[in-house]
Amino acid sequence: MSAAEVTDGLSLKQAIDTRSPIQKLAGLARRQPLGAVGAVLVLGMIILAVMADVISPFDPTDNNFQDMLIGPSAEYWLGTDQFGRDILTRIIYGARTALFVGLVSAFLGATTGLVLGVSSAYFGGTFDLLFMRFVDVFMAFPVIIMALAIVSIFGNAMHFVILAITLPIIPDCARIVRSNALQIREIPYVDAARALGFSHARIILRHMLPNVMAPYLIIFTSAIGGAILLEASLSYLGMGVQEPTPAWGLMLQGGAEEYVESAFWVAFFPGFAIALAVFGFNMFGDAVRDVLDPRLRQQ
Amino acid sequence: MSAVAGSTAAPGAAGQMDFLQVSNLKMYFPVTEGILIQRKVAEVKAVDDISFAMHKGETLGLVGESGCGKTTTGRCILQLEKVTSGQILYDGKDVSKLNKADLSQYRQKVQVIFQDPFSSLNPRMKIGEILAEPMRVHGIIPDARKRDERVMELLNICGLSTRFADRYPHEMSGGQRQRVGIARALSVNPEFIVCDEAVSALDVSIQAQVINLLEDLRDEFGLTYLFISHDLSVVRHICHRVAVMYLGNMVELASCDELFDNPIHPYTRALLDAVPIPDPTVEAARQHKIVTGEIPSPMNPPPGCVFHPRCELAVDSCKQAAPEFREIKPGHWVACTEV
Repeated sequence: MSAAEVTDGLSLKQAIDTRSPIQKLAGLARRQPLGAVGAVLVLGMIILAVMADVISPFDPTDNNFQDMLIGPSAEYWLGTDQFGRDILTRIIYGARTALFVGLVSAFLGATTGLVLGVSSAYFGGTFDLLFMRFVDVFMAFPVIIMALAIVSIFGNAMHFVILAITLPIIPDCARIVRSNALQIREIPYVDAARALGFSHARIILRHMLPNVMAPYLIIFTSAIGGAILLEASLSYLGMGVQEPTPAWGLMLQGGAEEYVESAFWVAFFPGFAIALAVFGFNMFGDAVRDVLDPRLRQQ
Repeated sequence: MSAVAGSTAAPGAAGQMDFLQVSNLKMYFPVTEGILIQRKVAEVKAVDDISFAMHKGETLGLVGESGCGKTTTGRCILQLEKVTSGQILYDGKDVSKLNKADLSQYRQKVQVIFQDPFSSLNPRMKIGEILAEPMRVHGIIPDARKRDERVMELLNICGLSTRFADRYPHEMSGGQRQRVGIARALSVNPEFIVCDEAVSALDVSIQAQVINLLEDLRDEFGLTYLFISHDLSVVRHICHRVAVMYLGNMVELASCDELFDNPIHPYTRALLDAVPIPDPTVEAARQHKIVTGEIPSPMNPPPGCVFHPRCELAVDSCKQAAPEFREIKPGHWVACTEV
């Protein structure tokens, strides 16, 4: 063997990047301006949710019947609702509910879909066929109807609301991940792992899963926005989290319909918060997709 | 080398000396139609009734055109495919009937080196992990520190710097990755390695290095290779015996020198004749025996001898009955009635 063969040469991909992390982030933000806006919104929402106790000026569940339906003012920046609760405070605490339900549902749904999708592709044959037809049946239900059905059967405790939002994400994720995993399955390193006598679980978890992380992350981030919207929809329909828990969908429902003409702020600000959060997560998700999968950018 | 080269290993006939015994191996892939209820509409006869035997320490070359079933034969031996029919005996045991524990043992004894060095390594794992994982899974070296030492040793054996243990596959060249593939196969201390076009994807200078490495390893560890290749010069260099495949059938099997110096089957002759001579004047003056026509589809192979539509010696009987794989000279087997 020649010296050239054994010398340790770094490939061009490893060319040293001398930029500082901040410069790299700035470069990324320039290439993905909408993604950067989304990231700022997501970050802002996380800060609001985590620091809710510190930031919010009032207690979210404190009724104050002297100050009912006061418009935006110096004391109540976004006004008060029909129980005299500060809307800004409730929006800040609502971010906590939305983010918790959104993140947990999207994570559980996408991860379950990931494992099922990769397993389906790996085992193939009858298992794959039956699982995919089952997914087809699942996907034929409108998401909101299925979520409503689950909540009406099990009740609307927080964990059942999360279940109702998680289940519709699973088939979407399983299907997309499966199509990627089918390609991975044909790559020789999977055959090498089989020839080395590794267990099915090891091949799926160690050799296939890490190689479908890009589609998984894309689905995960874009599912958060959808999950927040679905949580708000369920709350609005009275099937999600219940009063007096501050939740955006619930705030829209409460007295918002009654007061829409006399006190627009009761409905407007929670609605705006939902729109902003979903927009933020979707833009962030798109940017994650573009960064992880350059092929999609051209389409 | 010569002792094994002169072997009279009988394809199909079991012998005590035979290490690997393949008899009447058939691998048909179904072609299905339908979404919910899948109907079999055709079969691809990738390997159609082949038999051969191998001795310990020998290198058997398996040559033929693309799609002739070389790789599928290797995959059947590796138990990566479920064979349609036929037997593969390894140390006298039918490998398709092994229980879980025995299969795990078999997986350690029989290893594979793949063609493409870029797709045969998991891109998400460091080289050190790739080499250590099989030893951990099989409990070959339970102690983590000793395992790391063995990883370094394997890298050295395969001519790689120990610094590569912390690298990812994409940081390496094709030749280096192929060495990692070889090191991975060696990590479970195998006795038999299927080299599936192990050097075909490498450029010529690297090819020579990897072939030398494979030869050194064979001598050092007493390895047995099934060397699948379409490169006749490489096969001639490394193999003791050579088998020629055509359309899922084995048409000729002989010792390396015998096959190259004295080919008998018309297909083998045409194949050897197609190798260019590296001298333009000689090459230009040479009369080529060109095989006419295309390879028939393995979904619908011709009846009788599969080579008859393209064979210059074909007679009427070739269209009816498949020729017997017979020993025409000691150790020289041919599937042709007209020679």
